[in-house]
Amino acid sequence: MKKLSSLLLMSIVSLSILTGCQNSEEKESKENNSVTLAGSTSVTPYAEKMAQAFESENPGIVVDVQGLGSTAGVKAANENTADIGMASRELKEEEKGMGLTEHVIAHEGIAVITNPKNEVKELDIESLKKIFNGEINNWKQVGGADETIIVVSREAGSGTRAAFDELVGLEQENGDTKLSTVTPEALIADGNGSIRQNIAGKENAIGYLSLGYLDDSVTGIKIDGIEPTTENVISGDYKISRPFLMLTKGEVKDTAKAYMDFVMSEKGQAIIEKEGAVRVDQK
Amino acid sequence: MLIKSDLLNHKLKDTNYGDDNMNEKKSTKIIEKLIETIFFLSASVSVLSVIIITAFIFIKGAPAIFEIGAGNFLLGKVWNPAGNIYGIFPMIVSTIFATIGAVVIGVPIGLLTAIFIAEIAPKRVSKLVRPAVELLAGIPSVVYGFFGLIVIVPMIAKLQEALTGKNMGGNSLLATSLILGVMILPTIISISEHSIRAVPKKYKEGSLALGATNIQTIFKVTIPAARSGIMASIVLGLGRAVGETMAVILVAGNTTSIPNSIFDSIRPLTANIAIEMGYATGLHQEALFATGVVLFIFIMTLNLILNFVVNRVGAK
Repeated sequence: MKKLSSLLLMSIVSLSILTGCQNSEEKESKENNSVTLAGSTSVTPYAEKMAQAFESENPGIVVDVQGLGSTAGVKAANENTADIGMASRELKEEEKGMGLTEHVIAHEGIAVITNPKNEVKELDIESLKKIFNGEINNWKQVGGADETIIVVSREAGSGTRAAFDELVGLEQENGDTKLSTVTPEALIADGNGSIRQNIAGKENAIGYLSLGYLDDSVTGIKIDGIEPTTENVISGDYKISRPFLMLTKGEVKDTAKAYMDFVMSEKGQAIIEKEGAVRVDQK
Repeated sequence: MLIKSDLLNHKLKDTNYGDDNMNEKKSTKIIEKLIETIFFLSASVSVLSVIIITAFIFIKGAPAIFEIGAGNFLLGKVWNPAGNIYGIFPMIVSTIFATIGAVVIGVPIGLLTAIFIAEIAPKRVSKLVRPAVELLAGIPSVVYGFFGLIVIVPMIAKLQEALTGKNMGGNSLLATSLILGVMILPTIISISEHSIRAVPKKYKEGSLALGATNIQTIFKVTIPAARSGIMASIVLGLGRAVGETMAVILVAGNTTSIPNSIFDSIRPLTANIAIEMGYATGLHQEALFATGVVLFIFIMTLNLILNFVVNRVGAK
């Protein structure tokens, strides 16, 4: 019994000493050799892929990427709680006055998707708007079968949702804020994968997702006659596209600057292209 | 402090003896005390957790309720975070309807299963049914939800098309109630079964001796005698249905409008919090905490009802 208890005590003491050491070491390295990024979940996978490459090129530097949503990313950059903020939409009016430096790191299209069995393969942007705000609620009205349209949208706060609302015109002034005019009847799916699953399983549904998530299980329909392809996003013909932003404020520390340089370098941009978005110099 | 002085006392006492045997005793006592302390600390973890979580939710959520206005928040029919409009009436209605639906589906099936296992089934059969029920309780809720999304939702879409000629996709109140109804079965079955088994044998024997059939005995004697336990199982099931999140998000559709039929999509309180939490900041985030406050009050009310029901058993 005695042995056991003393062993227990010793292990506790040694453990606490060990962890204590680690903590102080970690703290030091964190201050000098880390970069923190926070913001859009759409930009997060790209930022992480680039962080991996960056870390292997610069041993000792730790890049920490957190996906919190575009709004949170703008806020984090403004309040300096992160070295770099990420956003998957243009800055709003009130955000432009914060004195943030905007770095466009990539562009990405948002594809409007329907079930492959749907006869409607093309919409003009005005009809698209009316479908999403509920004015048009039957496929018959846009040349399809006599079936009720099931609108599927993303949750409030999603960068893809905010960009889509803005680009299609689903916003309405309401004092100093902008109301989303997407019909309250819309189903809400929480993520690109979930929205694709919903559309693939529902013949009469319509939704939207990041172009990178488009696959054969759904149809990416033409908008104003233009196919949702990377080429059309690059040429600027496909209108529903948005920039990926990285935001900094004032003087940034050396490590964060090095990471930004890497993102804009040939290597960083090659990662952007490989992961499915559009390079800055291509647009 | 208390422990320290205790240890000191032991030390003083033990110095009088000092042979090895006494030393052994001393260390045994210390270990005894130490273990008692560990028990006490373990017990405090859950109590402290309840207090901290409750305080946290109310501190985070209450300001939003005041800022939005309790009336606007609880009775507002529009949820539009982009426009700073936060009304959770549709979510409250959704939670209530989905829970009622779960009870309508889960309670009769659960209760009949419990009676079957406890009273009717031969031992061999009940040995098969009981583990199945226990397994049902072990399935993770995300699996229930995924199954619901792939299997139940398309079936409901077809059912709706056949019945009303409209196809709204199947993410609906009905789908949510079905999934929740199945999810609360284990709770209802196991607790009801225990309370049915706890009914004294002489009640049943008396009834049978008076010439009642087995089924008459079950419905006229056994179930009334086990009523309180059965009620408790239903209330616990209700709690599970109200609090379920992951499975619900996948099948409910999560629209922010008030459902008009069982085929309409809903967004219960739990789904409202979980689906938007990742992105919310500022007042939006606080409004989600406030949603948590409302949910908390729902669960607390159910717990109070449960306490009342269980206490009534004790009084009998």
